Amino acid sequence: MTTQPRRTVLFDQQKALGARCINFGGWDMPVQFTSIIDEHLAVRGTCGVFDISHMGEVFVSGPRAFDWLQHMLANDLAKCPVGGGQYTFLLNERGGVIDDLIVYRMADDNFLLLVNAAKIDEDVAWLRKHSSEGVTIDNRSDTMSALAVQGPEAARIFREVFQTEMPARNTFIAMEKCRGAVIAAGTGYTGENGFELFFANSLAGDIWAAVLKAGAKPCGLGARDTLRLEMCYPLNGSDLSPDRTPLEAGLGVFVALDKPDFVGRDALLAQKAAGLPARLVALRMTEKSPPPRAHYPVLVDGQSVGETTSGALSPSLAQGIAMAYLPPDLAKPGQTVQIDIRGRHFAAVVEKKPFYRPSSARAA
Amino acid sequence: MNVPDDLKYAETHEWIRVDGDTGTVGITDHAQNELTDIVYVDPPQTGASVTAGQAAAVVESVKAASDIYSPVDGEVIEVNESLSSEPALVNTSPYEDGWLYKIRLSNPSQLDALKSPDDYRAQIG
Repeated sequence: MTTQPRRTVLFDQQKALGARCINFGGWDMPVQFTSIIDEHLAVRGTCGVFDISHMGEVFVSGPRAFDWLQHMLANDLAKCPVGGGQYTFLLNERGGVIDDLIVYRMADDNFLLLVNAAKIDEDVAWLRKHSSEGVTIDNRSDTMSALAVQGPEAARIFREVFQTEMPARNTFIAMEKCRGAVIAAGTGYTGENGFELFFANSLAGDIWAAVLKAGAKPCGLGARDTLRLEMCYPLNGSDLSPDRTPLEAGLGVFVALDKPDFVGRDALLAQKAAGLPARLVALRMTEKSPPPRAHYPVLVDGQSVGETTSGALSPSLAQGIAMAYLPPDLAKPGQTVQIDIRGRHFAAVVEKKPFYRPSSARAA
Repeated sequence: MNVPDDLKYAETHEWIRVDGDTGTVGITDHAQNELTDIVYVDPPQTGASVTAGQAAAVVESVKAASDIYSPVDGEVIEVNESLSSEPALVNTSPYEDGWLYKIRLSNPSQLDALKSPDDYRAQIG
């Protein structure tokens, strides 16, 4: 069965700006407008805006919503106050990642889950399958749009567009007056200061135009990918999968093993006790090479020890960077490896994450 | 898009400039514009045989690695060494400084099967 790729409500406006589109998670999305490198450097140096309307907005509410989400999600929701956002996981019973997401606490008993575009249907089906009394699951992905505005000038652009201060990192504000009902969150996927906006589709054209007018450069998913990779932020489907746990991915800090119960907890405890089979590492090329990409073999002394899950030429560092799952004894900064690119072996080294430390980001 | 009149074109967006029994191969302005931001060029080895329609080089943009197909058969006699340090020459000068490799033609009659500038212009619209 083939289905037509879907389009966000901003598709025509983006085409008019010269967007080149690719199919991403079933969506016809801009991969770039002018140049991935220029867009990447704009986010690092000034500010860029990404249409992220393909991502899913799923509201979970009701008197049992908190308790039930504490069971369904891996991080500790008790540490997320109303007005806060938290990175977390939907895990399967084996502790593998169904999806990584951000949960925003709208009220004591109302939560917004921002999920990956390609996983909306699967996430919602999983949630519904495990649903319980006192919980309402409302998938508003089709009627909501979203923008990510990222970069050192994001705070100025926020003030210009909304006449108020940008929310602090990992917090959000719900606005009504300025341009309609907009949820503005101090979150992002680039490592820079910035904000993400969630709103009804009908507001998208106005907000997109206002953000551009304030000086943000339109950016595509190509730059979004190189930006997140420099930060070692995982991409589900590439660096995360149902067969890898957050512990293997080095994201244990977002998993609350001290919670009494959540889906996947037993498997994670067993894995921790037995020792991790692999760890996701950051690899930097140490000699001139073609850009590393996903699914290239990683070798030590000529023996295959894993394969890359993501890779790119880092526009900020002008060096090849990649991530790969390696056996734990090799997953140490300073370990040298080779990456097989079209049959030739190029030297790389395991680096401490992340590859890049943005100058604009506030201290955590 | 620039489509010079003195070149022959492959449907897969390579050009060849013929001078006696040698040919210089590159990718078209249209191709570089589609690929954008070329960051690495993997040329064939000098002395290697290349075959019409078969991958002879790889050009990498930020987003993807793309095979470059030889327009005709031949033996590689020179590769463009300057692309090693300046791969973006393929973007900025696709028909001159951004050439990829030169071959000694082993089957010149294959040139007749390539597209004229007008046919290539019609192809890319």
